[in-house]
Amino acid sequence: MAQASASRSAARLTRDVLLGAALSVQEYFALLVRLVRGCFTRPFYRRDVIQQMDTVGVASLFIVVLTGLFTGMVLALQSAVEMKQFGATMYIGRLVGASTIRELGPVLTALMVTGRAGSGMAATLGAMKVTEQVDALRTMGVDPIRKLVVPRFLAAVIMLPILTVIADLIAILGGLVIALLKLDLTADLYMRSVYTTLADSGFVLRYIPVDLIQGLVKPIVFGALMALTSCFYGLRTTGGTEGVGRATTQAVVTTSVLVLATDYFLTQIVIVLFVE
Amino acid sequence: MSREPDPRPGAESGERGPAAGAEALRAEVREEVRRELAADEPRPADSSSTVELRDVWLAFGDHEVLRGISFVVHRGETLCVLGGSGVGKSTVLRLILRLLTPDRGEVLIEGRDIAAVSHDDVLELRERMGMVFQGSALFDSLSVFDNVAFPLYEHTRLDEEAIVHRVREVLSFVDLDPDEVLELLPAELSGGMRKRVAIARAIVHEPPILLFDEPTSGLDPITTRTIDDLILKLRRELDVCAVVVTHDIKSASRIATETALLRDGHIIFKGTPEEMFATEESYVQAFLG
Repeated sequence: MAQASASRSAARLTRDVLLGAALSVQEYFALLVRLVRGCFTRPFYRRDVIQQMDTVGVASLFIVVLTGLFTGMVLALQSAVEMKQFGATMYIGRLVGASTIRELGPVLTALMVTGRAGSGMAATLGAMKVTEQVDALRTMGVDPIRKLVVPRFLAAVIMLPILTVIADLIAILGGLVIALLKLDLTADLYMRSVYTTLADSGFVLRYIPVDLIQGLVKPIVFGALMALTSCFYGLRTTGGTEGVGRATTQAVVTTSVLVLATDYFLTQIVIVLFVE
Repeated sequence: MSREPDPRPGAESGERGPAAGAEALRAEVREEVRRELAADEPRPADSSSTVELRDVWLAFGDHEVLRGISFVVHRGETLCVLGGSGVGKSTVLRLILRLLTPDRGEVLIEGRDIAAVSHDDVLELRERMGMVFQGSALFDSLSVFDNVAFPLYEHTRLDEEAIVHRVREVLSFVDLDPDEVLELLPAELSGGMRKRVAIARAIVHEPPILLFDEPTSGLDPITTRTIDDLILKLRRELDVCAVVVTHDIKSASRIATETALLRDGHIIFKGTPEEMFATEESYVQAFLG
């Protein structure tokens, strides 16, 4: 009897969890639809977009530069240990260039910006939600999606590719520093090696390297995911200041997982479309 | 460039000192705000019954919060919705704003069923209401000026000078010194000042309907009195239709033209404050203490 009752409550719990998850996914996509609609209909808050571009882009520049610099340096240093055994240190530029432009630049930049700006988005919107500021917007006839979410979304989609390009360049320069100081390579040899890897990836429309397309499409998608997920968790915050903390953590963790998972699928798509 | 003679009182007689000039400019700005807002929104034929709830039912899950609530509030009237904690007083305001929609019944704003209008029309309808939240809900990152000016930037095409004048005027109306508070952030204000700034923001675009959620909660008796006086002044001078949710009996008796006492999802008493104090209904007496 007790066993039957326990299995019934377990089944109810499972059903509730599944229903809750399905509802969250539905709300996530509903927000996406309203967001897309908000991007193409008036009113459009241009000043808020610029302000958010500053918050997402300019304010994240320092950590992105640091991340790029140390990533490039450590990549060159680690690969030199292995490549020295085969006398292949001249190919360090290829390795640093390829891995940075294709993967590490977009992914690490997205993760760093998520930690900095994505958490900020979730915390700001969460605090606004629990202090009724979001409701205040509604009561003043202002759509919170257009006013709060659209500017953050557009800012992230515009700024993340720019930050990624900066991170890529700094990482390549970091690799160059190691190549010059530790591996006795010339700057010319290193930079040629970087260029070769771009050329070897193939070209689209004759002039655009496939690696570059891959390195620019990914941050656009990651930026969209970061803004959408952070705003989603921010706007459904409940439970006071503790709820704000919870929403921020959920936003960062979910975005990070989504970035890594999406990176795999995007890479697969690029390989199928351009490499194979 | 020639200028037409100024038709305002005192303009020709040379009485236009700084005060008269400022007053004239204020009148001009007020008129401009009114014109700007009226341009987008056609008024319905009957705007006298501004807020009406007709047999409204609402449940959250299995819990029925409202069971057949009905009332009408006209322009120039103040309805105080009273009741203990958790009886659904604030829910009434959220229904009027369509932050919630009723399961059954109608919520009519100036004759229009707010549940039946489109999302964009709701935004327009909300422009005709001003809401003062329990916690003031001022935007943390904006100064007092930007908070109060927010509805004007959103819904009018007034120039900067006119907006500054209107914000200063409305801050003076709520007994705040514009020179002192204009640049302050909400975090730098006292509770009473925050409440007054919230009222200023709610009335800056002169909405005909004002909603107050516990406007005096957490305030000392003197500040409470000031807020009450402000609500009375709004009714007297702007002829607004106000719905005030409160559990402060003293405050309600001072500001209400009508009171409604909520219990178990029903309005168990409706009448003037005098009638409320005179009734022998046991729960009302218990509530009044």
